[in-house]
Amino acid sequence: MAKQLPDVGSSGAVPPPRRSRIVLAEITRQDTRAERTRAELAQQTQVGEALVRGLVRAQLALALRLSLVVAIGLGGLPWLFAIAPSLGRTTIAGVNLPWLLLGVASFPFLIGVGWAYVRLAERNEQDFTDLVQRPEH
Amino acid sequence: MGNDFVVPAIVAVTLVTVGIGFYGLRLARTTSDFLVASRAISPTWNAAAIGGEYLSAASFLGIAGLVLKYGVDVLWYPVGFAAGYLALLLFVAAPLRRSGAFTLPDFCELRLGSRRLRILATAFVIFIGWLYLVPQLQGAGLTLATVAGSPYPLGALLVAAVVTANVALGGMRAITFVQAFQYWLKLTALAVPVIFLALQWQADGRPAVTPPDGPTFRAATTVVVEHRATLTLPDGDIREVRPGDELTFAAGDPVPDVSGVATDANDWLLPSAAGDDDRGLFATYSLILATFLGTMGLPHVLVRFYTNPDGAAARRTTLVVLALVGAFYLLPTLYGVLGRIYTPQLLLSGQTDAVVVLLPEAALGDGLAGRLLAALVAAGAFAAFLSTSSGLLTSVAGVISTDVLGRGSVRGFRLATVIAGGVPAVLSLHVSGLDVSQVVGLAFAVAASSFCPLLVLGIWWRGLTDVGATAGVVAGGGAAIGAVLVTVLGPPLSGWPATLIAQPAAWTVPLAFTVMVVVSMATRRRAPADVAATMLRLHTPEALRM
Repeated sequence: MAKQLPDVGSSGAVPPPRRSRIVLAEITRQDTRAERTRAELAQQTQVGEALVRGLVRAQLALALRLSLVVAIGLGGLPWLFAIAPSLGRTTIAGVNLPWLLLGVASFPFLIGVGWAYVRLAERNEQDFTDLVQRPEH
Repeated sequence: MGNDFVVPAIVAVTLVTVGIGFYGLRLARTTSDFLVASRAISPTWNAAAIGGEYLSAASFLGIAGLVLKYGVDVLWYPVGFAAGYLALLLFVAAPLRRSGAFTLPDFCELRLGSRRLRILATAFVIFIGWLYLVPQLQGAGLTLATVAGSPYPLGALLVAAVVTANVALGGMRAITFVQAFQYWLKLTALAVPVIFLALQWQADGRPAVTPPDGPTFRAATTVVVEHRATLTLPDGDIREVRPGDELTFAAGDPVPDVSGVATDANDWLLPSAAGDDDRGLFATYSLILATFLGTMGLPHVLVRFYTNPDGAAARRTTLVVLALVGAFYLLPTLYGVLGRIYTPQLLLSGQTDAVVVLLPEAALGDGLAGRLLAALVAAGAFAAFLSTSSGLLTSVAGVISTDVLGRGSVRGFRLATVIAGGVPAVLSLHVSGLDVSQVVGLAFAVAASSFCPLLVLGIWWRGLTDVGATAGVVAGGGAAIGAVLVTVLGPPLSGWPATLIAQPAAWTVPLAFTVMVVVSMATRRRAPADVAATMLRLHTPEALRM
């Protein structure tokens, strides 16, 4: 052989360790506390079903609440401008209020609502995970 | 136009697009690479790519043109285009990614197990995709004709050919890189010139956007009319103009009133008021509904979500996209506003969509700075056509290859791409008279009246049945498609029928939701037996993956 790998100890004396596959699922499977609840979820028992229904309801309620914020905050504007035309004539730093609200302020508002949603939705999921992984429920 | 930087800039953007496409081709080895980029793209890249894909000709050119023409009422376009991502985030992003479906037809089959609904969804994906592709190609033809004087079909066919070749050869892995690059190019191409434009406006003594005597020409101008219109001259004369007419104005001349354009300062500056303009208010709310709810139903937007590794990442990616898109939408409005001062002739010629590409030279003169900035803007516009068309083409071709041709192979995908690109290329040659943003608005209305109720009810309501979903899509989406066909092919309407047809979302979206719910409740027995398992899969956090 032309090339030789650098010598690592006496060759052949120690057999190389057997490769073993490490799979994430097997590690989590050792967590027996959560095992039963997970099985309940997967097998659609009444308890599991109720848990999932609760999560879906919480997430939907969150999404609906935040869309209501947007519906009032942004959706109310055309109506407001329509019934109070003087608002459209108000200027701030020489720019009419509707231009500032729609052209500038609406974007940070939308991003703020989105940021709040991501935080709260992840909290709902964390609560659900904690509930499922509790030893007793 | 004698700007010798524009054509090299457009060629450079096209070459970089194709170049990154081929770089991606070397990486794309399997069908999975082609279709979903092996689901291994980081959230930041993915968000920039989604933003790059989303900011189309309508965003880059159309919004500024509409603001120039109509004023404050059309600011709802950029607000709605951004808010669409919020609706997507709130109701769809994470569950849809967890569903594991790749296309909208996949979702239908997975959630409701109906072949018939899958075929219907396929037809809608193709219709919406083509409806959205045509104005992109049209914008390309218009831009090239404006800045380089080429015939209109050249730009449209050039973009169609480049995009078809790129998607067919590189697939999705390639266009992710292309589109992330193009987001930043588009942002730069609007942000840098706007700084120079603002400085120029200061240097010119801050001319008023809405002078008390109406807009005036700043320099001697010759206008070639592109669309038929009725002008009211300052001395009260009424004059009909038709395409090809030439009008000459001296510096300081007032701009005549143009039919269908908000020339009057108050119409432009102030929102629709109640009482005298109920139809305007209805149109505004209809537009809000279409754009807020339509984004989630656009096929090229949804397909991107499958490149996120999991539901939580999909949510975070969507938030980043919302921020990127929101930052971009601050800019086109400024072009429309400055266009009132520097390019009022576009109100007469009817080419308001060209304001973004013409403004730099109009305001800064044809010195080096003006020409370089004009070239930068033209490059950004081409990035917009190329990226949105690539995304649309990928999703339409994906659906055609799996659902129409019935092959999952790379060769099938390439064949589908050629079909998916050829049809809108031919269509775009016949619609040069349509308003870019109007067609895009109709595509949003169709998406909001078909896929939005299907997705929202499918994800959150256990009671949805295949019959209910089909009936809702046929009723709402069918009504919206009917409105599109009447707008494009039918006779000109006036009064309430015109408003109801031009902005249909306010009645077609509630119609779709109502029919879907009522018919589902009437066919309750048909609710899929595995709905509980599907709900579990859609909503369970990744930490509990079983």
